[in-house]
This record gives sequence, structure tokens and C-alpha cells, in this order.
Amino acid sequence: MSDIAHSAPSTVSGKWLGLWVVAGAIVVTAILLPVPEALSPLAIYPDSLVIPFKDWVGGFMAWLKTNFTWFTRWLAALIEAPLRFAFNLLAKGFKFGTGEAAWTLPRLSWLGVTFVMAWLGYIFGGRRLAALSGLGFLSLVLFDVWDSSMLTLALIVICVPFCIVTGLAVGIWGHFSPRVNRWLISPALDLMQTMPTFAFLIPMLLLFGASPVSALLATALFATPPMVRATVLGLNKVPQEIKDFADMAGCTKSQKLWRVLLPSAKPSLLIGVNQVIMLALNMVIISSMIGAGGLGYDVLLALRALKIGQAMEAGLAIVIIAVVLDRLSQAIALKRPQAVDTRGFIARNTNSLLAIAVLLITTALSLVFPALNTLPDSLTFTTAPYWNAGVDWIIINFFDIIEAGRVFVLLNFLNPLRAGFEALPWFGVLLILTALGWRLGGWGLALVIALLTAFCATTGLWVPAMQTLYLCGVAALVASALGIPIGLWCSRSDRVSAIVTPIIDTLQTIPSFCFIIPVVMLFRVGDVTALIATVAFSIVPAVRYTNHGIRQVPHELLEAGIVSGCTKWQLFRRVQLPVAMPEIMLGINQTILLSLSMIIICAMVGTRDLGQEVFKALSKADAGRGIVAGLVIAFIGIIADRLITAWVQRMRERRGMA
Amino acid sequence: MKTKTPDADIQRPVKLSCRALWKVFGPNAAKFMAERNGKATAAELDKAALIGAVRNATLDVREGEIFIVMGLSGSGKSTLVRCLSRLIEPTTGELTFDGKDLLKANEAELINIRRHKMGMVFQHFALLPHLTVLENVAFPLSIQGIGKAEREARAHQMIDLVSLKGRENHFPSELSGGQQQRVGIARSLAVEPEIWFLDEPFSALDPLIRREMQTELIRLQSVLKKTVVFITHDFDEAIRLADRIAIMKDGEIIQIGTPEDLVNNPATSYVAEFTADVNRAKVLSARALMEPATAKSGGFEKVAAKAKIASFAAAIVDSTKPFAVVGDAGEVIGEISPRAVINLLSGKDRGAGA
Repeated sequence: MSDIAHSAPSTVSGKWLGLWVVAGAIVVTAILLPVPEALSPLAIYPDSLVIPFKDWVGGFMAWLKTNFTWFTRWLAALIEAPLRFAFNLLAKGFKFGTGEAAWTLPRLSWLGVTFVMAWLGYIFGGRRLAALSGLGFLSLVLFDVWDSSMLTLALIVICVPFCIVTGLAVGIWGHFSPRVNRWLISPALDLMQTMPTFAFLIPMLLLFGASPVSALLATALFATPPMVRATVLGLNKVPQEIKDFADMAGCTKSQKLWRVLLPSAKPSLLIGVNQVIMLALNMVIISSMIGAGGLGYDVLLALRALKIGQAMEAGLAIVIIAVVLDRLSQAIALKRPQAVDTRGFIARNTNSLLAIAVLLITTALSLVFPALNTLPDSLTFTTAPYWNAGVDWIIINFFDIIEAGRVFVLLNFLNPLRAGFEALPWFGVLLILTALGWRLGGWGLALVIALLTAFCATTGLWVPAMQTLYLCGVAALVASALGIPIGLWCSRSDRVSAIVTPIIDTLQTIPSFCFIIPVVMLFRVGDVTALIATVAFSIVPAVRYTNHGIRQVPHELLEAGIVSGCTKWQLFRRVQLPVAMPEIMLGINQTILLSLSMIIICAMVGTRDLGQEVFKALSKADAGRGIVAGLVIAFIGIIADRLITAWVQRMRERRGMA
Repeated sequence: MKTKTPDADIQRPVKLSCRALWKVFGPNAAKFMAERNGKATAAELDKAALIGAVRNATLDVREGEIFIVMGLSGSGKSTLVRCLSRLIEPTTGELTFDGKDLLKANEAELINIRRHKMGMVFQHFALLPHLTVLENVAFPLSIQGIGKAEREARAHQMIDLVSLKGRENHFPSELSGGQQQRVGIARSLAVEPEIWFLDEPFSALDPLIRREMQTELIRLQSVLKKTVVFITHDFDEAIRLADRIAIMKDGEIIQIGTPEDLVNNPATSYVAEFTADVNRAKVLSARALMEPATAKSGGFEKVAAKAKIASFAAAIVDSTKPFAVVGDAGEVIGEISPRAVINLLSGKDRGAGA
């Protein structure tokens, strides 16, 4: 058994070695040798041949804007009403009348909201979750970030149901028409999920202006794809027998969908909901750039003014909300169905009625006791000075070391690498990638890869694309180099796993934006900061997939290895690692995609690449430029994803695991 | 109309029948079959890269009988039963239910037939995970729009019938495999179907539980007398339960007959392989070993022609005298010797020990 497991990958890597050597040789020659004059257009894409995608997209957006104002206005008005209501309910209070006669119906009291969160935690996850949600929301009050937090929460509350309904509808469509799913929905989702977050902001900014409405729309657009995927996957996964049963019981089409398929797929759907919530939170922070307000805006303002302490505090508040919402929605998803309740209305709805009562009473009390509405400053405290002091202390005492390290890495590794990547000839890269695509997935894949790569060159964005590739590549490499060993360690020790798992769970919940804050404090702006933040953000899948891959190696294979007399090292090297390889590769794939998405956000800390291109386009509301750069980024992600997935697929087929 | 033990001798009305039924998978299968007038050889199908999952199936299922479709995996038995219930559209052929052309039924008619006349039990139970036992059993009634009180009363009856009283408010995930299949059975019976499809209902269960469930099925059938189409890959199960068995191989039905027919006259060596290890004494009846009656026959102990050998083997061997074989009216039609029974039990009649 171990022999089989061993021989397959060794032949694979043997063949691969040859291919890589050839590929490497081509690249090195292309960079080192002076290119003959006649061939130089193949190395550096000539400006004269740039296809003006930018102008086309820009023109189209402008046309949309002029001709569909009635539609955007109508949509904005439609969304604004519930959004305003949520803002008022949670954060601002309802104002009636003007001037002297004006009076305000207060917002929900923080005490009531905190209690309800704790109560939800208690119902779905017991005391521990109750403590987490309750204390989490209490800390928002105590740190005096309640107002911003509630603005952010209000956006989420309005956005998430919208994403869920849309996602369900599209997912159901995809389930019932596999062809539409394969040729329309699936590629669209791939594109949306690899498009950088900023790119979503630009068209919204253009069509709806800087306002909470455009932030909400960008967030909804960004957060819906996982719901679609979860729906299609969940419905497709419903066993054929259950579908047959629905038919045999004489269900009509809608009965089959609503009473059999969707309820059977509920666990998958709820996982989708959890992802929607997390992505929405992530995006709503980034949307603060186009007027979302709330915590993201606080971070942005503080970062711009280099008020590290304030940024950190707002960032922590985001993390708290993220962790609470994540744990709570997961607990709801995992809750087993409960025995049917046959009692009366009041008995059945005790929990909801209690929650509503508490909200009403505390809010009413806040009219008498203003402290229940806004906690007086004397009771809140801020941690900002401590963060500032801490950073100051580090900078005073360790500035030389940190700076020396930063400069060393920059000069000796990053800058030469960047130069190397910038010099990559576009045609050579296109050839190599296409050859890889052909080798791994046949002509179809080769064609797709060739077209996507050609797009990157013909838009005239080749150099920034290579800069992005360099940053993303280095970050993914470092993240894998750190993450895979940690994952291996976890897989060999339950104790390590017990420590690492909650850490990576939490890392995964933190919105990307927040990773930048602590790194900027220490390393200021630039590539090094971007890399560190990106590695921290993208290390999670490398750890998780490696651990999972090794652990799921069938026990019989291990026993077969042990019986054959493997030493522990042989067992690991010749049984576990080869069998877990596809899973580990998928982890690396995820790490690359996460790196790409994060490296783009790092444009905020002054990287020079496609991210910067989008970022600039955003500040100038230049839709054509921003969207085309966004597409190039998405295509880089799709190319990497397709190649690795095809590779994994081949590995699995060879091992009969497909 | 219905007798307690169905007998192939008595011709009862046909409930469900198919003629020259084909299910061919692959691109343009319908056109391919139409061009060949609904007939194709295995070689032709191979050449066109089509898969003939069911090929030229013709069978009649009679009212009140247990009709078993037996075949190994990939033989097309599941596809056949899905064609019979139109879960899968047959490519060509005729299908009649209660004398009406089932293939002509439109969506609404089909839903109506399934709601009131068909029930199905699935190999992996196909219980809805989000509903309790009670709700699962009541589900088929619920989608018909039957009121809560009525459907729950009916569901309670069904749950009693399969001996699951007290589990009404459990979820499927809280039950053992055997219990889950009892729920599946109760659910399929809740609408009082006229035809009952069971698709390998006991294959996913442990051997002991499987046997218990077979006994349960025999008990239920003795009360309910449904028309049953039962799919299995287990020949012993087929022998134990069937009134008639259809044996399938590579999409074709190669023989249809009572268990006794199959054991006595296997149509092909393939069928003979299945029957080789069967306990023949439990399958063959006295008639099969009967010799012509003699003058003395009338004085011997009597045994019915339909009685299985196993039911009187011990008695005849102990008595060391022949038994008289009598027909339905009690008339002597032949006799059976202890030697013949011993030869059968020892396998000597089939050359064992040679």
C-alpha cells in the first residue's frame, strides 16, 4: 500500500521537475539576455497596441449613469427607507418635528441590546456563548464605540437578509438549470469572489454617490456569492432518494422545493448564511471609504491621521462584533432540530417575547435614565493612550532593530525580486502558463489561461500585474512555508491542535482591514507592512488544510504502513504526506487567493501594484480604470486557482480518489 | 378475491405491466431507439456509446402478489423500478397501471396517481431530516392538504402498525437503521397505496435486523395484501419473500417465475448459479418430488401438494414410509418417498458427493 502511495507522486514530480526546469530556463534567459530589437514587443507590451478596455468600460458606466438615473434613484430610495429605520433604531433615535417642537424617540438602549445578544447566545450555545456575546457587546459600550458599532451593525442587519434572499433565488435557479449554473452563474461567482473589494466600490460610487446606500449595495454584491454557492451545493447534495421520495409522495414542484429540498439542505444553507454575515462585515468596513460610516470610517480616519490608538480601538471593536456574530450564527447553524412544541402561542414564543419586552422596557427607562441611552463619559474608558504609549515605547527602544530588519529584507530580498518580476516578458509568461494549462487540463484550460493572461497584457497593465504577482507570490510562499509546518505539527499533536485551532478560527473571523493596523504601527507603510499583514491574513488555510489533510488519511493505510514495518518518518514521508497532498494543495490555493485579496487592500499602506491602480481609480471615481484593473486582479486569481485545481484533480484521479 | 397465500395457478388481474420497455442513457438515445423501431442489440448500443440500463423488459405484476426483481448491482433493477413508477422516463415501450397507459399521464395526473395509489420505500430510507417521525409519516398526507388532526391520527395508526409507538417525536437521526426503515415503511403506507414499491429496503441493514424486517414484511403483507414490487440483490431474500421473481442481468430480464420454477428449471446457467446454494427443501413443494400414485397410496399419511418439503421432511424421514400427496380438494394425486426427501436434503439428487 505504502509502495503504491509512494510511487505515484515520485513519477509525477519527476515529470514536473523537467517541465519546471524548462520553464525556469526560459524565464531566466528572457530576463538576462538582451532582447533583440525585433522581439522587444514580445517582452514589453507596446503602448500603441493597448486595447482601450478602460475607455469602453468607462463609457459604458457613464452611459448607465446618464440613462438610468431614474432607476438608481428609485433603488436608492427603496433601500434608504429600511436603512434609515435601522440606523435610527440602533444608533440615532427617531427625530420628529422641527425646531422647538422637535422631540426624539430614543434608540434601543445598549442595555437591552446587550441583554438580547447574551440571551441569544444562551439559547443557541449555552452559558459560554452567552458570556461571549454579552461581554463582547458590553465592551463596545465601555470603550465608547457603541454609536459606530451600531451603525455598522445596522448596515449588516439590512444587508444580510437581502443577500440571503438573492443568494437563495440565484442558487435555486442554478440547481434547476445545471447549464445556466455551469456557464453563467459559476463563472460569474468566480469572478466576483476574486475581484478585489475596492473594485466593487467604484461602480457603486459612480452610480449612487458616496452614501450608505452605495456602501450597502457594494457590500451586498460582495457578500452574496457564498450564499449562491451554498444553495447550489446544498441542493445538489440532497440525496437522489430524497428527491425521488418527493416525487413519489406526489409533491408539486413548489412543494418539492419548499418542503423537501430546502429543508433537507438547511445545514449547508446556514453555513452559507454564516459566510454571508462574515463577508458582509468585512466589506462594510471597507465600504466606509464610500460613505458607509460606522467603525470602518473610524479606522480610516484614525489611520489617515496616524492615530494608532484610536484605529486599534475601533479595529478591536470590529473584531469583537465579528467574533460574536460568527460564533452566534455558527451555533444557530449547528443547532439540532428540536421536538415540536405543541404549547400555546405565548409558551412557544417566550424567548422572543421576553427579548422584545426587555428591549422596550430598557429603552423606555432610558428616557428617565439617560445613562441607559448613552453611557456617560465618566463610566467609559479608552485604551487608545495605552496603545499609543506601547507603540511609542517599542519605537523608542527597538526602532533601530525593526528598521534595520525592514530595510534588510527590503533591499536584499524584496526589491531584487520586484525588479525580476517587473522584467518578466509578457509573451514568455503567457507561453509558460498556457503550456502548464495544457499539461494539467488539456486544450480547454490552456485556451482559458491564454485568454486571461493575454487580457492582463493587452490592457497595458502588465507591469503592475507583475508587481501584484510578486507581492502576492512572496506572501503566499511565506504563508505556506509557515502554515504548512504548523499544520503538520497540529496533525501530530492533539494538544497543539487544541491551541492552534481557536487562534486560526479567530484569525479567520477578523475582517481583512484590521490586519493592517498593528503592522502599520510598527513597520510604517510599504511592501514589508503589506507582506506581514497579508501573511497573517492568509496563513489560516495553509494550517487548516494541512492539519485536516493529514488527519483524514484513512486509518487502514496507516495500519498497512505500520504492518509493512515503516518507521514513523517513513510512515509520514511515504504514506501520510502523499495521500494528504491534494488537500494540502487546496490549502495553498486558498492561501494564494486570500493573499491576493489582502495584498490589494494593502494599497492603503502604499504598495505599488494593481491595488494602487484600483485605489487611485476609486479616489478619482474613474470607473473604467478601476474595473479593468480589478478584472486583471481577478484573472490572476482565476489563473492560479484553475491551474492548482486542475493539478489537484489529476493527482486525485491518479490515486483513484476522484 | 384475494387468497391468503397467492398461488401462481390462480390468474389474478394485472395491476401493473410493461411491454418491451427500454431505458437507454446517452445523447440522442430516444432518436436512436426510434430509428431502430424500439429494438437494439447490445453491440449496436455499445457502438453508439449508449448504455442500455433496461433492455426490452416485459412483465406483469398481479394484484396482491409480491413480485421481486432480483439482480446484482448494475443489472438495471433500480432503473427498472424507477421506470415503472415513472421516476425515470422510459426511452420506449409501454407501461400500463390499472389498465391505463401510465406513460400518457400528464404531470397533474401523475401527481394524483402517486399521491393516492403508489407508495415507495427506499434503500437509504430517504427520511426528511428536519421532521419528526410523526411528521415524516404524515408528510405524504400533508402535501395532499389533509388537515392536521386527520393526518396525525392516520400517522399514529401507521406508526403503531410498524411497532414504533413512543418514538413519534424523535428525529430520524435519533433512530437505528431498522427503526428508520420502519418509519420509511409507515410513511409509504400512510396513503394506503394500491401498489407498493420497495427498492432494496433492507440492504442497508445488518443481517439480523434484515431478517427481522423480512419477517415484519411478511406479517404486514398478510394483513395488508398490497401489490408489491420489491427490488433486491439478495437471492435468499427473494426466495423468502417472493410469490414470483424476475431475474435481471445487464439490463435484461432473463427469467420470471416462482421460486420453485427458478430452482427446478433455471433458464440459464446464470440463474442456476444463484439457485445452486439455495435450501431446496424450503423452496420445493411436495409436488416437485411426487411420484405417480399407487394402489397403496391412499393408506399413507397425507401431505398437501403445495406444502414445502421442509415442512414435513422430519416427519417423513422418521416414519420411513411414503406419504400420499393430495390436491386442493383432498384427492390423492401421487406419493412421495422418504428416500426422495433424503436425497434432496443431502443434495444427492444433484450429484453432491459424486
